[in-house]
Amino acid sequence: MTVALAGNPNSGKTTIFNNLTGARQHVGNYPGVTVERREGSCRYQGKNLMIVDLPGTYSLTAYALDEVVARNFIIEEKPDILVNILDASNLERNLYLAVQLLELERPLVLALNMADMAVKAGLKIDDQVLGAKLGCPVVRTVGNKQQGMEDLLNAAVNLGEKATGSAFAVDYGPEIEQAIAKLVDSLAAIQGLKYPKRWLAVKLLENDRNVTESFSAYEGSQAIIANVEALRSELTQTMQQETELAIAGSRYAFVASVYNSAVVAERAGAASTSDKIDAILTNRILGLPIFFGLMWLLFNTVFELGTYPQEWLETAIGAFGDWVGNTMPEGDLRSLIVDGIIGGVGGVLSFFPLILLLFLGIAILEDSGYMARAAFVMDRVMRAVGLHGKSFIPLLIGFGCTVPAVMGTRTLENKNDRMVTLLVVQLMSCGARLPVYTLFIAAFFPTESAGTVLFSIYLLGIILAITMAYIFRKFLFKGEAEPFVMELPPYHVPTLRSIFMHMWERGYLYLKKAGTIILAVSILVWFLTNYPAEVEYSKDFAQAAVQVETAFEGHVSEDILAPLGIEKLEDNEALTAMIADIKAVEEEYGAKAEEAGEDEALLATIDSEKEAKLQEIEAGGAELYPVAQQYLELETAKDDELAALQSEEAGEKLAGSYAGQFGHFIEPAIRPLGFDWKIGVGLFAAFTAKEVLVSTLGTIYSLGETDETSVALKDAIMADPHFTPLIAYSLMAFVLLYAPCLAVLAVVKRETNSWKWAIFSSIYGTTLAYIVSFAIYQIGTLLGY
Amino acid sequence: MSKTLSHLKPGESGIVKKVHGCGAITRRIVDMGVIAGTRIDVKKFAPLGDPIEVKLKGFNMSLRKTEADLIEIEPA
Repeated sequence: MTVALAGNPNSGKTTIFNNLTGARQHVGNYPGVTVERREGSCRYQGKNLMIVDLPGTYSLTAYALDEVVARNFIIEEKPDILVNILDASNLERNLYLAVQLLELERPLVLALNMADMAVKAGLKIDDQVLGAKLGCPVVRTVGNKQQGMEDLLNAAVNLGEKATGSAFAVDYGPEIEQAIAKLVDSLAAIQGLKYPKRWLAVKLLENDRNVTESFSAYEGSQAIIANVEALRSELTQTMQQETELAIAGSRYAFVASVYNSAVVAERAGAASTSDKIDAILTNRILGLPIFFGLMWLLFNTVFELGTYPQEWLETAIGAFGDWVGNTMPEGDLRSLIVDGIIGGVGGVLSFFPLILLLFLGIAILEDSGYMARAAFVMDRVMRAVGLHGKSFIPLLIGFGCTVPAVMGTRTLENKNDRMVTLLVVQLMSCGARLPVYTLFIAAFFPTESAGTVLFSIYLLGIILAITMAYIFRKFLFKGEAEPFVMELPPYHVPTLRSIFMHMWERGYLYLKKAGTIILAVSILVWFLTNYPAEVEYSKDFAQAAVQVETAFEGHVSEDILAPLGIEKLEDNEALTAMIADIKAVEEEYGAKAEEAGEDEALLATIDSEKEAKLQEIEAGGAELYPVAQQYLELETAKDDELAALQSEEAGEKLAGSYAGQFGHFIEPAIRPLGFDWKIGVGLFAAFTAKEVLVSTLGTIYSLGETDETSVALKDAIMADPHFTPLIAYSLMAFVLLYAPCLAVLAVVKRETNSWKWAIFSSIYGTTLAYIVSFAIYQIGTLLGY
Repeated sequence: MSKTLSHLKPGESGIVKKVHGCGAITRRIVDMGVIAGTRIDVKKFAPLGDPIEVKLKGFNMSLRKTEADLIEIEPA
């Protein structure tokens, strides 16, 4: 048995759906559109019920995609039972949808949800009268307290067993009724209609383009459609208004008569708690500061709190990679798994805590009712660039990470607004680009102007986001703007259960993506940077390594072993022990110093403690101590040389790889931006994630493992005669603007349901980056920078 | 045109006389219950003066001034 839940937004429909199905639910999309389809199962009295949560709507017109999807589901998939969830404290407007659902002539149960709130608001609803007037069973529920679920299921199952559908008709008044009667008569001649005749007649009179279009496929429909035109213009004449508005008006008049006979409002007009809260939160003076304060809080909580679990995850993933690396035999398979898969997928996975926290925050804002107010407060600003009040939050989140920002555009109902927001979110500079800026600013700009340079990059992103939003709105997604006509629901304390379900659902989608698309592309990028395996090296690296080892042994025996008169180090136990002791001290304090970071006072303490320990060791054998130190110096020098050789080899390998060849190939194209092939390879690899640019440049400059704090890489790029501050700036602008990272493309694909927009977002981003960097480099060169 | 909802100030009220225009915005306004004879109370303006918040049929609703301009009203 299929049960479809329908209702207004904010009627508590999703809470009831969650109550009924628990964890046994599944989120997908309706075929061909991005409207979410949730379904779940539920067992009641030995029956298996399939519960479908239809999109929340105020009406069933053809103007909104959600509304079309909801009514098509009811018409085409014919659910056995419709359950209409109504906000009992706001019954009149909610009944308007109920009436339209009844007109579809399917068995319907009315669930008066938030019945407790209605009582609190002083509304006395007579269920008997309501049920009798509308000809359907009425139950009471309180979704967030899990009350009335049994009654609801009972009523649904009972009705489903006997009813075949209800004959229900709204009286539209003599003029319209006459037209309906004429149409119903002529519709009798059409074979195999899937619509109820009266409903179809009303929809045709309403000039519903969706219904008219699918009706025109029936044989003999043309004459009827022509007749509809005539009837409509006749009605417009006599009624003095558009027929569809007259119909909606009559429907509301019917609703009002039902409402007035079934509901008594005992205390009307008293300011509710919600009104009092609202008076502060959207106050003309306090409204904006409160909004920005809350956004600041959200942003900081997510990125401050989220960093800890993110670091733990990174460490765990790193440790796992090391473990796999140590367990597996050396070879391509190990490299693929450790560098390609664990490195690529792990990098994306480490964002998981951030995503969860962010969606926790958004769920609280949404469920409490504040989100609608945030849109209310910000709408004037956002509209100036053709966006909607609700666009602000995804854009702000974009400064943290573009992935959750793209997912956050779901709060926008209108497709045009949503697409424009989704496409410009990538221009807000995300956290992953910061390592790149930090590296180049530190290398090429004086400390006193570092902040200004960084700010100018962020500002560039914001200005271009505004410009692009305006352009997209004007040319790509024109058409009527989304009405801002929306309900400002009463504030209420959200339930933990619904918040966590919300959060987990989004988080799960993210994990699923990491497991599929990112896995595939990580493997591809690994392949391109590691193959062809045979590269022509400038020298024999294995031979060179052997030479370094031999030279080291020669020095040791000449400078250390010979003066002591021993053959190998182990022969002098005191020396061996001392070397081990010094190494242990160096290691211990090295680790401590790393933890201390840039805390200079702490570093000084660590340093003096270390000196004290070393002096202790020296006191244990004053004449051996210099020898031990000398040995350690020789060993360090050898290790450094070997590492340098390894990095050099890796650098040459990368230069000869497909990615390296690609870098050389595109060099002519990126030269006008000031970039050479090395930057080309870096940008290519950084397509997976922007911070990868830093580690790739590290490999190319033969430095081995590097990060943005690495002094070595900074020195290396400063030493490269090719680089200038102008090129660095052009590169930073390019990194800001060009194709978003892989994870973003994957979510764009998921959120828009097509590769088209994912590809578009990278093409437009890269084009924009090219134009801007070209302008920066060329104009900068002309100006003599 | 005569007086519309956008001319009202916070605290003022009016009765809907007619909803003008056609298309998605007008239809959405009507679907929310703004039909002839409905009483609308203007609650407040957003911090930047637009949109506005109104109360009708027991619920609060926001709409932009351009949208409120479609709603012709008469004194309550």
